[in-house]
Amino acid sequence: MKVLTLTVVLAATLATAACGGGDGSGPLTVYSGREEELVAPLFEMFTEATGIDVEVRYGDSAELAAAINEEGGNSPADVFFAQDPGSLGAVDAELTELPTDVLDRVDRRFRDDGGRWVGTSGRSRVLVYNTDALSEADLPGSVFDLTDPVWKGRIGIAPTNASFQAFVTAMRLAAGDERTRAWLEGLKANDPKTYEKNTPIVEAVAAGEVDVGLVNHYYLYLVREEQPAAPIANHFFDPADPGALVSVAGAGALASSNQPDDAQRFVEFLLSEEAQRFYVEDAEEAEYPLVAGIPAAEGLPPIEQLQGPDVDLSSFGGELASTIEMLRETGYLT
Amino acid sequence: MSNGAGRHRPPLLLVLVAGVVVAALLLPLAYLLIRVAGHPARALEILGERGTWRLVWNTAVLVVGVVVAAVLVGVPLAWLVTRTDLPGRRVWAVAGALPLVIPSYVAALCLLGFFGERGLLADLLGIERFPDVTGYWGALAALTLATYPYVFLLAQASLRDLDPSLEEAARGLGIAGWRSFARVTAPAIRPAVGLGALLVALYTLSDFGVVSLMRYDALTRAIYLQYRSLFDRTPAATLALLLVALTAVALVLEARTRRHGRLHRSGPGAARPAPPVPLGRWTAPALAFCTLVTGLFIVLPAAVLVTWLARGVANDRQLEAPWAALVGSVGASGLAALAAILAALPVAVLATRYPSRRTRVLERLAYAGNALPGLVIALSLVFFAARYASPVYQTLALLVFAYVVRFFPQAISGVESSMLRINPRVEEAARGLGRGPLSTLALVTVPLARSGVLAGAALVFLSAMKELPATLLLRPIGFDTLATEIWKLTQVGAYSRASVPALVLIAVSAPFLWLISRDRRLASGTGG
Repeated sequence: MKVLTLTVVLAATLATAACGGGDGSGPLTVYSGREEELVAPLFEMFTEATGIDVEVRYGDSAELAAAINEEGGNSPADVFFAQDPGSLGAVDAELTELPTDVLDRVDRRFRDDGGRWVGTSGRSRVLVYNTDALSEADLPGSVFDLTDPVWKGRIGIAPTNASFQAFVTAMRLAAGDERTRAWLEGLKANDPKTYEKNTPIVEAVAAGEVDVGLVNHYYLYLVREEQPAAPIANHFFDPADPGALVSVAGAGALASSNQPDDAQRFVEFLLSEEAQRFYVEDAEEAEYPLVAGIPAAEGLPPIEQLQGPDVDLSSFGGELASTIEMLRETGYLT
Repeated sequence: MSNGAGRHRPPLLLVLVAGVVVAALLLPLAYLLIRVAGHPARALEILGERGTWRLVWNTAVLVVGVVVAAVLVGVPLAWLVTRTDLPGRRVWAVAGALPLVIPSYVAALCLLGFFGERGLLADLLGIERFPDVTGYWGALAALTLATYPYVFLLAQASLRDLDPSLEEAARGLGIAGWRSFARVTAPAIRPAVGLGALLVALYTLSDFGVVSLMRYDALTRAIYLQYRSLFDRTPAATLALLLVALTAVALVLEARTRRHGRLHRSGPGAARPAPPVPLGRWTAPALAFCTLVTGLFIVLPAAVLVTWLARGVANDRQLEAPWAALVGSVGASGLAALAAILAALPVAVLATRYPSRRTRVLERLAYAGNALPGLVIALSLVFFAARYASPVYQTLALLVFAYVVRFFPQAISGVESSMLRINPRVEEAARGLGRGPLSTLALVTVPLARSGVLAGAALVFLSAMKELPATLLLRPIGFDTLATEIWKLTQVGAYSRASVPALVLIAVSAPFLWLISRDRRLASGTGG
């Protein structure tokens, strides 16, 4: 009997707690692979600006992409807001083309060739380093120099992480497969330590576990939140070096959406001055705004200077399989 | 319905209900077959690769290691706290079960936070650089921590139920000490330990959090890599089917531990507690063993979490009490426990009261999907629900269903183990008095088995509290649990803030251990 009472109470509490799991006709539904801790204010700003309510499903970008594919055209999602071009590319069959005036707000290199998704903020690959162990002058201008034996046992990488794989893809496209393979083999000979993601690399650099790490620039700021005194700094590679790849987080609207206008408005909002300034002024992680005329946060080199290698982000999805194969053959992945 | 025939031919309704339950549990398997059937050539190619078989080997070696470690920790601990005069054995019994409430990914984070190259221990000792603890041994330690309580709890219950007359008889025949343990006690608790080991194996096969944090290349890590980097579903499904094959091996091995199996008392009179074995000069080593186990597996993770919390307070981080997430966790897990027991009952009754080849196969089939990682189960339910059951998609009902699919073995292990200890003659008596099979089940069997039923429910509850991957994809929008809260914060490296929901999860779960480890003499005693 007690069990029964308990069940009724539970069910009632849950009905209240789960309230709002609507059927998609009301509020706009966004699948967000971007972390709630970082982007939640953006959704509030959108509702405030447009009066459109938003429901957000947070998760891992690639897992959400897998879910959208398994939903097979029945997705409750109206918009997919993802961490990387790869996840967006994986669902591009489910996305609808965005209008040119939305796409044109962003430099051609930061959007899909077919116009199905657009970059909303930028991040540069950097070499994060421990400032107790090294100074800026000790650091190489090119990522190719990391094969020098002086770096033996001192480098942290995340070969299973999408951001590292995208960087290797960029290197393949910019410098060719042969040179990339040679670099991977040379790096391997330097016994790099592997981590699962960017954050643990920056933490390891902060702790002195390794001296340098190949990461995206903004993880530094997240680790500083937790350890304000951490001895870490970002080193930007030379412009046009593959190590200086600038990639994006981005968004696309789903073709199956039953409120396509609102979905488009949301993507448009992410490129509005207000939302772009959010990355500069409020966000703790200091990403690059992508819309022209909005300068990056203080202390960051301007994005125009970071040209990165001359590669097409929207071709990365198709190239990834060859990258993974190469990482397998060189012993980075099983 | 006539009584005599009833023992051999199960009621049709029971068979139907059990059949539907098992069919529902097999949905993930159906999904994997659909995925592989789409590209059979690719699947064969993957099976032909050497890398694939290295993953299988790595996984098998890890499972064997964790099972052995869990038995070596769990069984001695259970024996010490139930059958000896060990000082403070009540306290050790509680502390020994506690690691069950720590999510394995939190355990791995804590072990790394302590033993990591620049972890707390290196700090305390002032050592520049600590040896690397990731890889096989790190994964083994974290998974042993997370799973040995299954063996411990089941062995403890079975030792407590053990009829002391067996050991007394052995003593009468001049068999004592270790030989008595080996000849009498060990065979008697073997089915329970086997079942615990099976739960350990299933957990290890399906775990992703630990092997990822410890950077150990197991099948689950490769499956995640396929989904996350390549968005390629065929290799992921092929590798997942290999996990199912490994599950089948584990099930066959477990079935062999059950062979000599009458577990209920048949003699007259109530069971009495066995007199405790005096430890004598073994007291000190026994205490050292208990201290080591609980120190490593409960004090240490708790200390790391508290250290993070203290760092958060010192750095003035925003520390919030996760009330909504707490309600979400307890609610969803509570419903999952109830649903899992309701689903397990018909299958357990069928398997224990109408044993035949067919019912055994049905019961074993229910385990088939349980070594699959949460992500695979979640995606399979996304596939079926979004296409064929969209009204329940992303509702609490589907989330609860996913928990039942994932944690069914824990429910059925509780129900079955206590049903096996009920003397069927009691049920026969009820039937002889004119009760039908269903009313016998409701009025006699379930009440007698209630401690096992509650234990099974509590196991499911605790597992659902910790579940992450399926929760992320299947929860209703805006529905948070403590596990998703921990994920959200560790994802951005905010460990000090993540320590709050982690400590709340542990504090709220701990009392439920009582349901699992409390005295079972009532149930088995009335069976005699």
